[in-house]
Amino acid sequence: MSSLEIKDLRKRFGNVEVLKNINLAADSGEFIALVGPSGCGKSTLLAMIAGLESVSSGEIRIDGRVVNDAAPKNRDIAMVFQSYALYPTMTVRENMSFGMESRRVPKAEQATTIARVAEMLQIEPLLNRKPSQLSGGQRQRVAMGRALVRDPKLFLFDEPLSNLDAKLRIEMRAEIKRLHDTVGKTTVYVTHDQVEAMTLASRIAVMFGGVLQQYDTPREIYRNPVNRFVAGFMGSPTMNFLDATVGEGGLVLDGGAVVPLLPDQFPRLSTGRKVVWGVRPEHFSPAAERRAERRGGVSVPIKAQVDMLEPTGAETILFTRISGQKALISVDADDAPEAGAPTQMAVDMGKTCLFDPETDLRL
Amino acid sequence: MAETTHADFDALSTGSLRRRITAKAIVYALLTVFALFYLMPIVIILANTLRPLDDIVRTGFIAWPADPSLSHWAEAWSTFCIGGTCEGVSRYFKNSLAMAIPATIISTMLGLINGYILSKWRFRGADLLFGLITLGVFLPPQMTLLPWAWVLGNVGLSNTISGLILVHVVQGVSFTTLFCRNYFLAIPDDLIKAARIDGAGFWRIFRRIVLPLSPPIVIVAVIWQFTGIWNEFLFGTIFTSGDKQPITAAIVAFSGSGTGERHYNVEAAAVIMAALPPLFIYLVGGKYFVRGLTSGAVK
Ligand SMILES: Nc1ncnc2c1ncn2[C@@H]1O[C@H](COP(=O)(O)OP(=O)(O)O)[C@@H](O)[C@H]1O
Ligand SMILES: [Mg+2]
Repeated sequence: MSSLEIKDLRKRFGNVEVLKNINLAADSGEFIALVGPSGCGKSTLLAMIAGLESVSSGEIRIDGRVVNDAAPKNRDIAMVFQSYALYPTMTVRENMSFGMESRRVPKAEQATTIARVAEMLQIEPLLNRKPSQLSGGQRQRVAMGRALVRDPKLFLFDEPLSNLDAKLRIEMRAEIKRLHDTVGKTTVYVTHDQVEAMTLASRIAVMFGGVLQQYDTPREIYRNPVNRFVAGFMGSPTMNFLDATVGEGGLVLDGGAVVPLLPDQFPRLSTGRKVVWGVRPEHFSPAAERRAERRGGVSVPIKAQVDMLEPTGAETILFTRISGQKALISVDADDAPEAGAPTQMAVDMGKTCLFDPETDLRL
Repeated sequence: MAETTHADFDALSTGSLRRRITAKAIVYALLTVFALFYLMPIVIILANTLRPLDDIVRTGFIAWPADPSLSHWAEAWSTFCIGGTCEGVSRYFKNSLAMAIPATIISTMLGLINGYILSKWRFRGADLLFGLITLGVFLPPQMTLLPWAWVLGNVGLSNTISGLILVHVVQGVSFTTLFCRNYFLAIPDDLIKAARIDGAGFWRIFRRIVLPLSPPIVIVAVIWQFTGIWNEFLFGTIFTSGDKQPITAAIVAFSGSGTGERHYNVEAAAVIMAALPPLFIYLVGGKYFVRGLTSGAVK
């Protein structure tokens, strides 16, 4: 059964529509990531689920019950804020007990719950401190602790890691995953970081401009993006988009290079049609390797002019021009060619996709 | 609250030794002149409270007490005749306390609640309402005299201390609302949202989240209100008479009586008594006053 169900949801601030017809459902215990660029409406959607923003039209159900008009406290949710929103004048313990006090949980039960959660998050030594005496990572833990003492039907996270430095962010990401595995509650997690979404979520909702672009598993979103926006947003470095025309022998890239298409790959394409060819940087490899073939795919050769190298450690990013169009290629650091020279690459053809240049939809 | 210390920036600590010494000398000389200028009236008045009347009449206002005596203080407090009654200023002093303390407390509390609503529970027209409330800050009180006379007459509070409390509460709410609302804007909305999800309602959020963050602005409002209400004499003189007057209005009567000889020494003591409570409040809370006006304070 779905524990969260959103139907035809819209949100207007004045006459600006910031959420347009959102449809979404999460199964019990699922981890849903809401991802999209800043300003696309993620926080607004989360606030509506929490009951902090009103619903303009549509329906939100939690555990089957319509909660459109229910107060936040009656929705059985817990939320972790980007700013942590710890009560500054209360100790960590008081921060965690505040909600239980409001709901008249007996004192003894409060104490055992706090002890259990504090142990789970390893924040026992911090219980008597004020938020101002905590580091960023500790505040983050306390904010999660305050949510965990609730034992709610639904956990809501609004960019909980975006104020942490890179190393801590990766640690806490793993921690959140571990917690979700232990607690097993339905979670909606807002982030603008596609890596967080890919690593944590069982399903990802990609949003852009108030519209839900695609809602699917991380694997499907990565492999079969429905449009150019999703393809470009998910994955790093971002997917290359090369302008091309469908020709007799395959794709004719603007600039002249020809890429043979696989038989039956795009059967409905008529010759002469303009398309955008999408290739992820990681689906290039040095021609000699024949990596695609080793995995049962088919590679096609392509020539790239390497302008600049950007070593990142394990892999090196090549800034190249393919048929005169800019493209990023990611290769193993040991395979990196010299800058300033043309080099022969192979593309795993089965993993590339075509988009309509007018509608940006995937073909 | 964490004590913050600032490393003082000393603009005079650079340059050659000679330049530094000259610069400091000039700064200190100027400061001393100004300090003396402000302190002089207080010193003169204090000195006069200790001098016998004939000495003041003979040698004039500016002189050092030859034969100091505290008796004029006692007289000013309990036996001096003002406006026909000979009870000193003690009665008026108590009137002022009975007016200023409740008026300060009530207007500060109303300001806190108004500020809380106008910053954290915003509604359509909240900004307009805020604008109207703070308009009171800029209205000269003289403009409100006639309406107040009418209101006090109609609710039966003419010539009562309660009437003055009402006037000062309403006049003061403009200021306290302005202070508190602007201060509360610095409290992150996420705190309120988190508390709502935690099941707290309007008053519980106010009591447990907002009020504990408010001491700096409460101190500002209390000092501002108390000194303002205590020192105010226009409403006091016009809306009360006889033994209902606050001390400022009673002191105004000194200069108005005209008949008989002036008791400069007793009057000086009375004036200082009238000035003490605001001074006391400022000395106690002044440190926080300056800090509250200047710092964000919410972290
Ligand atoms: N209270 C509000 N009034 C008017 N517009 C708002 C309000 N809150 C958010 N918006 C607008 O709605 C859009 C989505 O905001 P938000 O949900 O915060 O985006 P995100 O969290 O994805 O960055 C933004 O364009 C923002 O300016
Ligand atoms: Mg946001």
